[in-house]
Amino acid sequence: MTLLDLSARDREGKAATAVRPVWDSEPLRYLDEHGAPVEGGIRPTPALLDPGALLRGYRALRFARAFDTEATNLVMQGRLAVYPSCRGQEACEVAAVHALEEQDWLLPTYRDSAALVLRGIPAVDALTLLRGTWHCGYDPKQWRTMPQCTPLATQGPHAVGLGLAAKLAGDPAVALCFFGDGATSEGDFHEAANSAAVYQAPVVFLVQNNQYAISVPLHKQTHAISLADKASGYGMPGIRVDGNDLIAMNAVLAEAVQRARTGGGPTLIEAVTYRVQAHTNADDAARYRQSAEVEYWRRRDPIDRLGRYLTARGALDAAVEAEIDEECERYCEQMRAQFAEEPSYDADEMFEHVYDEMTPQLKAQREMLRAEEAAK
Amino acid sequence: MSQGTEQISAPAAPLTMAKAINAALSDAMAEDDKVVVFGEDVGALGGVFRVTDGLAAKFGDERCFDTPLAEASIMGTAIGMAVYGFKPVVEMQFDAFAYPAFEQVFSHLAKMRNRTRGAVPVPVVVRIPYGGGIGGVEHHSDSSESYFAHTPGLHVVTPATVEDSYSLLREAIDSPDPVIFFEPKRLYWSKANVALPARTGRIGTAAVRRQGTHATLVCYGQTVPVCMAAAEQAAKEGIELEVLDLRSLVPLDDEAIESSVGRTGRAIVVHESVGFGGFGAEVAARIAERCFYRLEAPVTRVAGLDIPFPPPKYEHWYLPDADRVLDAVDRAMAAG
Repeated sequence: MTLLDLSARDREGKAATAVRPVWDSEPLRYLDEHGAPVEGGIRPTPALLDPGALLRGYRALRFARAFDTEATNLVMQGRLAVYPSCRGQEACEVAAVHALEEQDWLLPTYRDSAALVLRGIPAVDALTLLRGTWHCGYDPKQWRTMPQCTPLATQGPHAVGLGLAAKLAGDPAVALCFFGDGATSEGDFHEAANSAAVYQAPVVFLVQNNQYAISVPLHKQTHAISLADKASGYGMPGIRVDGNDLIAMNAVLAEAVQRARTGGGPTLIEAVTYRVQAHTNADDAARYRQSAEVEYWRRRDPIDRLGRYLTARGALDAAVEAEIDEECERYCEQMRAQFAEEPSYDADEMFEHVYDEMTPQLKAQREMLRAEEAAK
Repeated sequence: MSQGTEQISAPAAPLTMAKAINAALSDAMAEDDKVVVFGEDVGALGGVFRVTDGLAAKFGDERCFDTPLAEASIMGTAIGMAVYGFKPVVEMQFDAFAYPAFEQVFSHLAKMRNRTRGAVPVPVVVRIPYGGGIGGVEHHSDSSESYFAHTPGLHVVTPATVEDSYSLLREAIDSPDPVIFFEPKRLYWSKANVALPARTGRIGTAAVRRQGTHATLVCYGQTVPVCMAAAEQAAKEGIELEVLDLRSLVPLDDEAIESSVGRTGRAIVVHESVGFGGFGAEVAARIAERCFYRLEAPVTRVAGLDIPFPPPKYEHWYLPDADRVLDAVDRAMAAG
C-alpha cells in the first residue's frame, strides 16, 4: 500500500470510517452546567479523569482567562491596536493545545491568541500582530504553529498540506486547524475538508461554534442544525461536543488526534460554545444580542464547571486557587511590564523579507525611504 | 529523458516546449525527492496538455498525483507542504481556472515569508498555461500575468523559447521564493534543437533575441515570436528592430530595458493581455522615468484589446500580430 492510497476508497466503494448523522443529537458532554457528571454523558477513559491531569487543565483554563483579560486591558490602555477575545471559549483553546504533541502543527485564527501562549509562545511574540509591530511575531517552525490566520478558513488548506506532507514523509505528526462557525460558510472550508478526506490526511478540524460571526448569528450562517453534520458529506467522522466542558473536549480531541496519527484520516469537531465578549473591542454587541443570552452562557462558564467538579472531588481548594491566582497575577504583571516598553521597529525590515534576495527595485525604494527619514 | 551533456556534441533532436517542461519537471524530481507535482488531471492523463506525461508512472503517485477539482485547496495544500519542507510544483489547468486560488496566492503564498520575518519561505512553483491563439472557448485563453505581477512577494516568469522553458522552470523549482510560471500554451508545440539539461539566464534577467538600432520591441511569452516575425519583415525595409524578451516580469530587468531603449531611442511594448492597466503600462512608465531624454518617439503599447477575450472565431482580431506591431513601429519611426 502506498502512503497516499487514493484508490483504496474506490475499491471498497465507501469511506473506511463509519459516518452517522449528528444533527438530532445533543452535544457530547461529561459535565452538566453545575459541574456534575451528566447522566447519559460520555464515559472518558480513567486517564482523562485523572485528577492531576484535570488540575493541569484547570490551571491552563485559568491562565488562558487571565491572559485574555490582560490582553483586553492592554487594548484599553492603548498598548494593543485591537484584541479579539476568546473569553468563554477557553476550554477549546486548552483542549486543542493539550491534545497535541511537540511535532504536531497548530493552525490558529485571530481569536486563538490564548492557544499561542498555552503552546509556550511568549506573550509579546504572540500579540505582535495585535500590537501592530509586525504580522507574525513568532517563528512558526520553532513552535509548529502557523501564523494566526485572518482571512477566514484559508488556513484549512494549509492544514491539509501540513498533514499530507507529514503522511508522505512518514512522520506521525498531526495538524489541528481552528475555525469559527462563520468560516464554515467559506469555500476554503469545504475545499479543505473535502481534500483532507480524499487524501486521508492526518488533520483535525476544530470548529469553535461561538454562535456569532461578528454580529451575524449562526442561523443566518447556515440552515443546518449542526455544523458537525457536514462531515458526513466529506466521508469523515463529525462530532458535536460541548465546547465549555473541558473533560468532553479532551476526550473528543484525544480520539480525533489518535485517529489522525494512526492513519484514520481527518475528523470534524464542532465545539458548541459562546463568545462572551464582543467580536473585538471595536464592536458593540449590544446592537445585536440580548444580555439575557450572555447571562445564560455565563452560567455555563467552562472554568466554573470544571472548578466545581474538581472541588467536589477534593482536587481543588482555596489554597490551590490562591496559588493559581498568584501565578496568573505574576504572568499578567510581566505582560504589563513588557507592553509598557515602547516597541522598537525598523523601516528597513519592510523590505528585507519580501524575497530571499532583495530585488534592485526594492533596494531603490529602501534608499528612498532612508533618504526621506534622514531629511526629517 | 535528459541524461547528459553527451547530447551537446551530438546534434540535438528537435524538442517541443511541452516536452522541455516535462523534462525539467522530471529532472528536478529525479534530483530532489522533495519535489512533488500535483494538480487536476496531472497523474494518469499527464495533464490536459500532456506536460506531466509519464511523471506519475516514473515517480509514483506520492510524487505526482491528481487532486480534487479545487484550486484554492491545491494552492493552500502546496503552501502547507512547502512549510513542512516539500517543494510543490502545482498546475493550474488553464489561466482562468487559477482564479479560485487567488486568495491563497495573494494572502498567503506571496506574503508568508514577509509576515514571518523570513522564518517561513514557501518555495512553491505555480504553473499556469496562459494566453490565446489555440481556438479555446471562453475561460481558456486569458492572460492574467498582471494580477500576479502586481503582488509583491511573487516571482513571475514566462518563457518564450524551448530552451528557456526548461531552464526557467529549473530555476523556478530551485528558487526559495514562490514563482508563478506562465506557460504560453500557443507555444507548447513550438520546436527547437535543444540539448538538455539547458541553462540560460537567471530569473530576473531579460534576453536580447535580435539586435537592432532603430527601435526596441519589448515583449514576453507568446509575443516574442510575433516580434521576431515583425523584426524580420522590418529588416527587409531597412529598419533594424531590437527584440528584448523580458523572460521575467518580476523581478524586472530594468537595466536591460534601459540599455536597449537608451540606444535605440524608441520603444514598443508588446503583450497579449489587456492593455489597460496591463504590464506594458508598467514597462512604458519605467522607460519614461529612465530614458525620457534619450527617446526619439513616444513609448507605445501593442496589447490585447480592452475587452473580455473573444470567441475563437474572433481571436485573430484580438491577438497582436506582426502587422499591428509594424504599424506601431511606423508611427514611432515617423515621430523622430
